[in-house]
Amino acid sequence: MRIDTDAIVVGAGGAALWAALELAHEGVQTAVLTKLYPTRSHTGAAQGGVCAALGNLEEDHWEWHMFDTVKGGDYLSDQDAAEVLAREAIERVIELEHMGLPFNRTPEGKIDQRRFGGHTRDFGEAPVKRACYAADRTGHMILQTLYQQCIKAGVRFYDEYHVVDLLFEGGDANEGGRAAGVVAYRIADGEIHTFRAKAVLLATGGYGRAWRITSNAYSLAGDGMALAYRRGVPLEDMEFYQFHPTGVYGIGILLSEAARGEGGTLLNRDGERFMARYAPRLMELAPRDMVSRAMYLEIRDGRGIDGKDYLFLDVSHLGRKVIEEKLPDITDFARIYLGVEPLREPVPVQPTAHYAMGGVPTDLSARVLRDETGALVPGLYAAGEAACVSVHGANRLGTNSLVDLLVFGRRAGKAMAEDVRGGTLPEIAADADEPVRAEIEALRTRAVGERPDTIRAEMTRLMDEKVGVFRDATLLSTAVERIGELRERYARVVVADRGTTFNTDLLETRELGYLLDCAQATAASALARKESRGAHSREDYPERNDAAWLAHTFAFRRDDAQPDLRYKPVSITRFEPKPRTY
Amino acid sequence: MQVDLRILRYDPERDAAPHWESYSVDAAPRDRVLNLLQSVKDLQDGSLTFRRSCAHGICGSDAMLINGRNRLACRIRVEQLGRKVSVAPLGGLPVVKDLVVEMEGFFEKYRSVMPFFVNDTPTPARERRQSAKDRERYDDTTKCILCAACTTSCPSFWAQPSYVGPAAIVQAHRFIFDSRDTAAEDRLEILADDDGVWKCRTTFNCVTACPREINVTGAILEVTRAIVARHG
Repeated sequence: MRIDTDAIVVGAGGAALWAALELAHEGVQTAVLTKLYPTRSHTGAAQGGVCAALGNLEEDHWEWHMFDTVKGGDYLSDQDAAEVLAREAIERVIELEHMGLPFNRTPEGKIDQRRFGGHTRDFGEAPVKRACYAADRTGHMILQTLYQQCIKAGVRFYDEYHVVDLLFEGGDANEGGRAAGVVAYRIADGEIHTFRAKAVLLATGGYGRAWRITSNAYSLAGDGMALAYRRGVPLEDMEFYQFHPTGVYGIGILLSEAARGEGGTLLNRDGERFMARYAPRLMELAPRDMVSRAMYLEIRDGRGIDGKDYLFLDVSHLGRKVIEEKLPDITDFARIYLGVEPLREPVPVQPTAHYAMGGVPTDLSARVLRDETGALVPGLYAAGEAACVSVHGANRLGTNSLVDLLVFGRRAGKAMAEDVRGGTLPEIAADADEPVRAEIEALRTRAVGERPDTIRAEMTRLMDEKVGVFRDATLLSTAVERIGELRERYARVVVADRGTTFNTDLLETRELGYLLDCAQATAASALARKESRGAHSREDYPERNDAAWLAHTFAFRRDDAQPDLRYKPVSITRFEPKPRTY
Repeated sequence: MQVDLRILRYDPERDAAPHWESYSVDAAPRDRVLNLLQSVKDLQDGSLTFRRSCAHGICGSDAMLINGRNRLACRIRVEQLGRKVSVAPLGGLPVVKDLVVEMEGFFEKYRSVMPFFVNDTPTPARERRQSAKDRERYDDTTKCILCAACTTSCPSFWAQPSYVGPAAIVQAHRFIFDSRDTAAEDRLEILADDDGVWKCRTTFNCVTACPREINVTGAILEVTRAIVARHG
């Protein structure tokens, strides 16, 4: 089937839904395609809060938020983007309240705010209360609220449509082509549908399922990143991948930073608050990259609990009221998944793969960049975790993922509405869906080969061991080589389900292919960057090197070779790079 | 430990009717039913079909009938169930394949109750104020993740599929009792319909089923009382 519309939104998390809402308000005919139901999107898993310098409890300024974002990003954040983020966060949070979001309240009835890692007053002096929150289900409430408003605005959703290819007019992105639509696989019956539009937004989230210990949903397979990458769009800063300090031990499910924001502490086997030795001022509220590194070093030096590979998160001293009112989901996770009672005992935690700072490169209007010179891919947009604006630089601060998707999701919608006005629909060939149709058919009917789960298991173990918190040339070159081998094996993968009805075996196997593309870009970009910055810690190059590496990586896919890597300067407007201490 | 896992399988392309299949699965006590299903899919039969995403109880994808009770597969541990585990799709909705049910009708009912914030008075420059007490009034029903565990455990819904069902009423409750919202009357009107709150027989199945521990029946009764009060 062929469907014409003005704008397409791929994904249905926060960035996608805000863009769709903006498009609806502008009267633009829009199709939102999601492989899940919108309320299943991973924005809903965000717990702790969304930062905005409202100053409801103490003095705060957007300039401080901008500074924290840049410093937290180890000066790789584009400062023009960080300024937009910090300024517009305030308007977006107020707007969410006007849409009905049930924020927790201060005694005066204002939006309540709490502390979060790396967010400070006076340019790094001390923690500040900046995170607006709805208990510890802030992301859930953002997702629900935006979806509700989309229903109210009559947005057209295509639920359980899995986008499998991007279409261009006049050649792929690297050949100067213009985005023309998408090919989608309807999960219910395996029918292929072609959607044509003047503007296409990729808001498909991250690729945390490339690691074994991960906070990410099964669905986070880097779909949008990989599909764009295959069509000639570069991926920016993929070596910067965040490991969140407090994953549930052995599983990776996230225990929000809100636990530390409310006063929770991290302890080693000696009961010591070891963060005092790594970040004396901010302690447990230092940025995530620093806390994860500290935890890794404690474990390596034998100070993990019982000498094992985990530490303790202790909230027991906070009292029942704080724990039950402000941290209910976290408490519930500890009880369900570990059988631990946080009111009385510390909770075993370990760093967990969490968030891609990198992704599809965009400008401040969410328009996708074709290369490191800033040339655009006409009609193509990206926002949220799938995109790299770059506001998060080398390390994202807590809550800024939500801020990012609110601010740049809305900007995407605005820019797309402008873009589609008056323009004509692109031309696409009648058989534009043929290449991916053939790929899917080949995968569905291949008789002999390897099952995807062995390849998946090897990839995730490899990424945990070699592309984790600490890296060096040996680990990364092994990773690059082994991912290459896995990609070759993947070319001969077989599925067990040969049907057309709700074939999850087929789609999950395709997702594995996306993950391998993202993993390759990550490992290759990491191997090339010979410095330590933010979440990218090279033991063989332990220092940050601004003279050589104050630049964004752009990885261009090549079919049978490692990606071609090029570099783009960082935008520096207000804050000169300084050593990063907390 | 070895778990004897029975799954109600159905592939419309191959089977005339649903049938039970048995699998022996190696599991740790803290594994969840979702791990068991994933293990069968990875190691025994790749065609086993179920929805899942976040795997920690917040996305609402993997509600199913587990040992006779609706639960999220990612939140129920093997040690809570013992060595015999049976898994079937949610009741009262058409089965698409294996554990996947048709959700469209469920979401249609959800959309029918105006599940969105309405306040057309001019927006202030800053947030609308709301006291902590007023905020608390509807806190419980903001937790709903639309997993459908409640609606598909409801005998009234099984008997009369036109019933809007507990989940939709919970979603309406969240707005009806929000002091900032101005469309409570409209929602109460919708729920005063024959297929609205009157079909609730207070069997409390929905309360038992809710993985978010929402007092679902309580919310339905509050909405019912508001309707009764309105008609004086």
